[in-house]
Amino acid sequence: MTAILRAAGLSRAFGSFEALRGIDLEVCKGQRLGIVGESGSGKTTLIKLLAALDQPTAGQLWFAGREITGLPERGLGFLRSSLQIVFQDPRSSLNPRMKVGDIVTEPLRSKLVRRELQGVDRKERLREVLAAVDLPADSGDRYPHEFSGGQRQRIAIARALAPKPEVLIADEPVSALDVSVRAQVINLLADLVDKQGLTLLFVSHDLMVVRHLCDSVVVMQSGQIVERGTTAAVFSAPRTDYTASLWAAVPRIKV
Amino acid sequence: MSLLEVSGLTVRFGRRQVVAIDDVSFTLGEQERLGIIGESGSGKTVTALALMGLLPENAAVTGSVRVRGQETLGLGEAEYAKLRGDTLSMVFQEPMTALDPTMRVGRQVAEVLLLHARNTSGNSRQRVIEMLRRVGLADAERIADSYPHQLSGGQRQRVCVAMALINSPDLVICDEPTTALDVTVQARVLKVLDEMLDAEHTACLFISHDLAVVSQVCSHVLVMLDGRIVESGPIHRIFATPSHPYTKGLVATAQLDKVAPGSPLPTVADFYTRAGATR
Repeated sequence: MTAILRAAGLSRAFGSFEALRGIDLEVCKGQRLGIVGESGSGKTTLIKLLAALDQPTAGQLWFAGREITGLPERGLGFLRSSLQIVFQDPRSSLNPRMKVGDIVTEPLRSKLVRRELQGVDRKERLREVLAAVDLPADSGDRYPHEFSGGQRQRIAIARALAPKPEVLIADEPVSALDVSVRAQVINLLADLVDKQGLTLLFVSHDLMVVRHLCDSVVVMQSGQIVERGTTAAVFSAPRTDYTASLWAAVPRIKV
Repeated sequence: MSLLEVSGLTVRFGRRQVVAIDDVSFTLGEQERLGIIGESGSGKTVTALALMGLLPENAAVTGSVRVRGQETLGLGEAEYAKLRGDTLSMVFQEPMTALDPTMRVGRQVAEVLLLHARNTSGNSRQRVIEMLRRVGLADAERIADSYPHQLSGGQRQRVCVAMALINSPDLVICDEPTTALDVTVQARVLKVLDEMLDAEHTACLFISHDLAVVSQVCSHVLVMLDGRIVESGPIHRIFATPSHPYTKGLVATAQLDKVAPGSPLPTVADFYTRAGATR
């Protein structure tokens, strides 16, 4: 199996604070990797580095065999089209003054990405991705505030799918949603990953959701990976107390 | 006489009199804990704000809310102010907006104390520190001298719990107090809340969209949908034999551990669809 994403000794320090310390990670094509840990454990810092939205202070990173550490932004077009992110809160990740159609096709208009996606018809692609996330076809002419929280997260997913990525990173995509809507968005993500053969990196503090969606998991604490393995193994027999405590904290019905 | 008796509570907003909650009735006895669950927009928060007298001016409130037999609807601001903090108090969803960012948290907690308690000015700091310690903040002295932005989300919400309980109110209303927190911190805050309510013999109205979270704190639950109560009862009953289709959906979504990994999750829409809804 070939690793689509590979990190070696990845570190990120902010001043004297080490947010990430020596992360080694390999993500294979088609893998669904959960990244779990409590707030402040470095989950978001890690995916920012993986998506080249931030530069590591030490270590190296490869995407599909090409090293991306130290590449200038204009050299990152291939990464921008093949790796997309869905953020936690669609209220802040969607521009309230742009129509949904413009939001979703914005990745296709980027100079960097356009070069990688020769001949994609924007209108056609908009129709395709809106259908893929189960939004009405006329959604493109409306503004984000006209949609509910769950629908807004679908818009964010549609935007991520627009440039036909290979890797989808979801950073706590359902944490801001009601329980009732959460299941719908998770089902949608699972479905899309299946149908489009995506590689999924799913960041969450909710281990129940990760267990459901991911085949493997890394557990982060204070900027390091403290446990990794298949989801089934890690959650049925956690090796560290920390993982066990994360698992125990998941709210279950108490009667 | 119950601690809280709500009957026929209806709230309409604005000139068009949009109905936010419709004919809501329930009672809550001393030391009882009642959960309110429902999706966003179902009227949970409007109910809580109506009880606290915190609705905006464009809200028309009818019906009756009695606290220890005393009607509170139509009370003046000064009388409400006495009631709040002393008899009723509230923990809000987002501690960062509930706390004043320009004031050290110790002073904010003390403020609540001084507004209501008599002759405690001398040892108020002592009481604040003690209260912060009781909600599980080990280095209470340092926390008291910190500003909200210097604390973590869990610490901030504990400060709010301390603030809500320092005057030993009869009823605490918690509006999604742990929704903004991650699961480990949520578990700790829920535990602290549970212990404090026990120790202080305080009744609680606990609002959440998550049945699993409500079940950690409450024994009984009201299910709200589109501004109405559609079902109520002890959690074990609602959980075992939900009668309204919407409740069935909520119960199913709260049990992700029962679903085999990889298979589609149950959604509320599998059980209940609103008339005229597209999805």
